[in-house]
Amino acid sequence: MVEKVLTANRLADGISVWLDASGNWVESLQDAFVARHAEAVAALEATGKRSFDENKVVDVNVIDVEEVDGTLRPLRMRERIRAEGPSIPYAPGYNGLAGPKNVAA
Amino acid sequence: MYRYDEFDHAFVSARVEQFRDQVQRRLSGELAEDAFKPLRLMNGVYLQLHAYMLRVAIPYGTLSSRQMRMLAHIAREYDRGYGHFTTRQNIQYNWPRLSDTPDILQELASVEMHALQTSGNCIRNVTADHFAGAAADEVADPRPYAEILRQWSSVHPEFSFLPRKFKIAVTGAERDRAAIQVHDIGLHLKKDENGKLGFAVYVGGGQGRTPLIAKKIRDFLPEEDLLSYTTAIMRVYNLHGRRDNKYKARIKILVHETGAEELARQVEVEFANLKDTELKLPDTDIQAIAAYFAPAMLPNRPEGWGSLARWKKADPEFARWVHQNVQPHKHPDYGMVTISLKPIGGIPGDASHEQMDAVADIAEEYAFDEIRVSHEQNLMLPHVALADLEPVYRSLVAAGLATANAGLITDIIACPGLDYCALANARSIPVAQEISNRFGSPERQAEIGELKIKISGCINACGHHHVGHIGLLGVEKKGAELYQITLGGSGDEHTSIGEIIGRGFEPEKVTDAVETIVDTYLGLRRDKSETFLEAYRRVGPQPFKDALYGGGAQAAA
Repeated sequence: MVEKVLTANRLADGISVWLDASGNWVESLQDAFVARHAEAVAALEATGKRSFDENKVVDVNVIDVEEVDGTLRPLRMRERIRAEGPSIPYAPGYNGLAGPKNVAA
Repeated sequence: MYRYDEFDHAFVSARVEQFRDQVQRRLSGELAEDAFKPLRLMNGVYLQLHAYMLRVAIPYGTLSSRQMRMLAHIAREYDRGYGHFTTRQNIQYNWPRLSDTPDILQELASVEMHALQTSGNCIRNVTADHFAGAAADEVADPRPYAEILRQWSSVHPEFSFLPRKFKIAVTGAERDRAAIQVHDIGLHLKKDENGKLGFAVYVGGGQGRTPLIAKKIRDFLPEEDLLSYTTAIMRVYNLHGRRDNKYKARIKILVHETGAEELARQVEVEFANLKDTELKLPDTDIQAIAAYFAPAMLPNRPEGWGSLARWKKADPEFARWVHQNVQPHKHPDYGMVTISLKPIGGIPGDASHEQMDAVADIAEEYAFDEIRVSHEQNLMLPHVALADLEPVYRSLVAAGLATANAGLITDIIACPGLDYCALANARSIPVAQEISNRFGSPERQAEIGELKIKISGCINACGHHHVGHIGLLGVEKKGAELYQITLGGSGDEHTSIGEIIGRGFEPEKVTDAVETIVDTYLGLRRDKSETFLEAYRRVGPQPFKDALYGGGAQAAA
């Protein structure tokens, strides 16, 4: 089956996050837990619902990814851009999601 | 410009405190997302791909230096150092934290700004000609009427839950710089044969998935009837607009399905009941609002003519900028300056906090403290003495804001697209950048002349592609981006919707396609005075189809 990860946006600052294997929401897709079978996907969905209900995250979605040379790559471009940040250098000092204000959030 | 009275201050401050409480309750878990989402949207807070986005209203695109400095301050302190000026004369911040938004709104309120009704199914920020009060061709400043509409429509209880969003634009000139025919209501301020002010009223225009040109349902509406007649339109729409289907819920669909004549009749029936009610605008009220927009006292500065000629002779770059970015003002000693937010290869509409501060400083020193935002995503200084153009230009150069491309092929409108927007299917900004780089040389742009390229990353058409002379619409096809090209659109007093020229182009081929179109135009135009749009209207799509696809033009993708 297609590999899947769980993604959302953090409630307080809106930053895109992915669920890791320890159940934490992390800012890097590459640290995400990859579900490779139906039970794992169901667990992701349940975790996502719980996190949403606990007001940690919003806009929770399971998305399709593939592993290419050890790197996770979402199948949809929308999700690739969500993971990597705007595809353009948009402001001095900001590339992707490495903004200093948000790193510590 | 308009200044808040006590009521405005109290109202906006109360809304900030109300929203602060709502955000706190959301963050503490007391409010669920489903309950909170409509509340945050009513305050201009969206959730986009990477973060929240805050859309701040700039009523009729008019700003003071103090307000611009606040926009810079917010970009610096709460965001990532920049803001994005939009096609609705607003500004968007792409990275605010939800938890900071009440503080941001409080700071905005301190300079008489807010984010109310920049989202939701209500009457949105009313837009106007960005050269209002300065243009030689206007009969009167449209902004007092835009302000009256703003006050009337702010949290209007009857019109806060319309079938869909509702956009009103006002112009006071024959030359339509506000694109009124692609708005839900377009108002053209004019004078009748007795010199009395009133409006031609257009209804049912819009872009999006079903682009339609508005129909004129009133040739002359006396100014005192502005609110009663607008209310009549809103009532007909509120009653009959389609709430069953989001994609058919705009008033343009109602006008299209009902017919303009029948709709006008229904509006007249409502209007007859409203005409002589409290909605009738007393002349004193109109005058009171108009007084806020009284023209700046512009002293005669005839010395500017000679200085300007000398400066132009001495500096060809300056001369080029004046030629392209300065237009005649109604006062002969002044000009209207376009500050391009389209640097070659840059992001259309973006400005850094340093640039916003620089514009504020320049406006304060040289431009009577007035700044405008245009729906073409540029900034304007509506009143600059010719005698001050050279120092203004030098200051703009220092701020990286002196690109001499207003109205040219690199003055591209682009929505945020898939780089930011949760609704987008394809990117807009990189396409705009590549086209800008391809055509960036001043000589080449000058050779091509007036040509408006507008790019949207989805069918919602925030990038106004339907009215681009060349329009690009990004779609997703088989998981990849594809760009449909439309030709012949225009958003002025001769509004037209662009026609799809054929199958779409992959990202790496779309700039070549645009170049083919431009080269075809250059090859067939009668002479340099025939613009792209005029040439297209003369010859139609076939020569462009032939050039793009060979003899047998293919069907649309």
